[in-house]
Amino acid sequence: MPDATGLELIAQDLRGLDADGVLGTVFFRDRATLLVSAPFVPAALEHLRERGYGFLASVHGVDYFPEEPRLGVHYELLDMHDVDRITVKTRVHTERPEVPSVTNEWPTANHQEREVYDMFGVVFEGHPDLRRILMPEDYEGFPQRRDFPVGGEPVLFTHNEVHNPGWWK
Amino acid sequence: MSETQVGSRREVAVDVSSVDQSGISEEMLTLNFGPHHPATHGVLRLLCQLEGEVIRDLKPIIGYVHTGIEKTAEDKAYWKAIPVMERMDYLAYYFNAYAFCGAVETLIGLEVPPRAQYLRVIHMELNRINSHLLWLATSALDLGAISMFWYGFRDRETILDLFEMSSGQRMHTRYIQVGGVFEDIPVGFADKVRAFCAEMPKRVDQFAALLNNNEIIVQRLTDVAIVDEQTLLSLGVTGPLLRAAGNPWDLRKAQPYSSYDHFDFKIPVGTVGDNYDRYHVRLEEMRESVRIIEQALEGLPEGPYITEDRKYALPPRHELATSMEALIHHFKLVTEGFRVPPGEVYFPIEGPRGEYGVFLRSDGSSKPARVHMRDPSFVNLQALKAMCEDVYIADFIATLAMLDPILGGIDR
Repeated sequence: MPDATGLELIAQDLRGLDADGVLGTVFFRDRATLLVSAPFVPAALEHLRERGYGFLASVHGVDYFPEEPRLGVHYELLDMHDVDRITVKTRVHTERPEVPSVTNEWPTANHQEREVYDMFGVVFEGHPDLRRILMPEDYEGFPQRRDFPVGGEPVLFTHNEVHNPGWWK
Repeated sequence: MSETQVGSRREVAVDVSSVDQSGISEEMLTLNFGPHHPATHGVLRLLCQLEGEVIRDLKPIIGYVHTGIEKTAEDKAYWKAIPVMERMDYLAYYFNAYAFCGAVETLIGLEVPPRAQYLRVIHMELNRINSHLLWLATSALDLGAISMFWYGFRDRETILDLFEMSSGQRMHTRYIQVGGVFEDIPVGFADKVRAFCAEMPKRVDQFAALLNNNEIIVQRLTDVAIVDEQTLLSLGVTGPLLRAAGNPWDLRKAQPYSSYDHFDFKIPVGTVGDNYDRYHVRLEEMRESVRIIEQALEGLPEGPYITEDRKYALPPRHELATSMEALIHHFKLVTEGFRVPPGEVYFPIEGPRGEYGVFLRSDGSSKPARVHMRDPSFVNLQALKAMCEDVYIADFIATLAMLDPILGGIDR
């Protein structure tokens, strides 16, 4: 892990690329995290790749409800040579949940971005094939959001079929 | 007869140039493969574009066993979420449980006693052998080696009996708890594990003798579906698949957790990155796992098997009758569960298929605000297209088997 000072140095270099790109840094339980603005994500990841973080281990979404901006997308980067990890996080509002896709630069993000779209409704601009991946294609709503209730999914039995319910009676 | 080159393999076919070709047109065939097909190792659906018998394009369609485990876990107290987390990748339950408990422990800053760490290692390595045995059994079955199927399941049965002995369950044991393990190992368990460790390398030798030079295995696996290391890395592939391509990345060595740095073991790597390397790497990993288990049993430290911190671990039963405080702790833990300080953490470990990483967000309550499992099967599945382009459909079955996807982990 980069230590707290190393993280600040990385943040400083990134601010040199875009003064408003880096929103903050968090160093918690020996884990370094960069908070960046959504449009800055591809540039930040590219810069970190040049620093050796060449492996994108995971992309996942979070819903920070009731905090705003609600939706978060996290990128877990790994430096296999120096055995070092860093997390890049970005937050977007539910009204405009748009994050640039990094699938072209990091092919592993393809399915993982689709999963974040499927579960949280974050739209990845420039993704080659942004469709639902785990839920059915005609599904409505984004089930991993915190205001989406657990349960309540109507299960189709013979007694509540749409056509001819209770046909056996 | 004429010879054509397809991928790295030569195809010998009947020459049809003498036949009248006028009025014959060629087109791609779209073949729907699965979801209900025994060779997909689960409910995986693949849309294949075939030119003759050669795969030109392939699209995985998943989600048939999506059960919303991540959502379910958000509605449960931390210790009650362990059983649902275990059911994601149903062949790597100890790894799922450990990745989750490790993330919770990191958020709390909880120290795990050495004995518990060793017990976790013993069970995780048994689980790794178990998972590889099932992979070997079913993959060999796909290639027509039915007897291998029975041998694999026979030895897996021994491991499941061991799990039953230590935890009472054969699968989804819930043995690993936040702060340690559920119970100390019973009397006689260590001897049975030692007997298993003495037997297992011989069994691996037998499997190797049966399969290594088997004509069908060699034909189907060597030089098939070669993917280079850089492509695999860009696709996020980890585990035996990456090691088969020559990259010795293993979190047990690179970022040792749970006392893995105390043990002496090797990381098997491949040289070519074909299916045969993938097969061989896993076979050798079973031997190394046996070595780790032997060392862990040998050096098993004395002491508590779960943290003494009563805020997170249940007090022993006998204390409840005499100590008011123990009763309060017990009541609080069983009703509400423990609270975890707010924060976010990503906790990766090396499982049988690669990096199992749990992302955990706590909002300070007794239930997790977000749990995400970075499942290696889900990420590795993206490499299937890179592997299977321009291979025969028969080789593709073997490649899918060597990928070792677990649909419970992919769909979660």
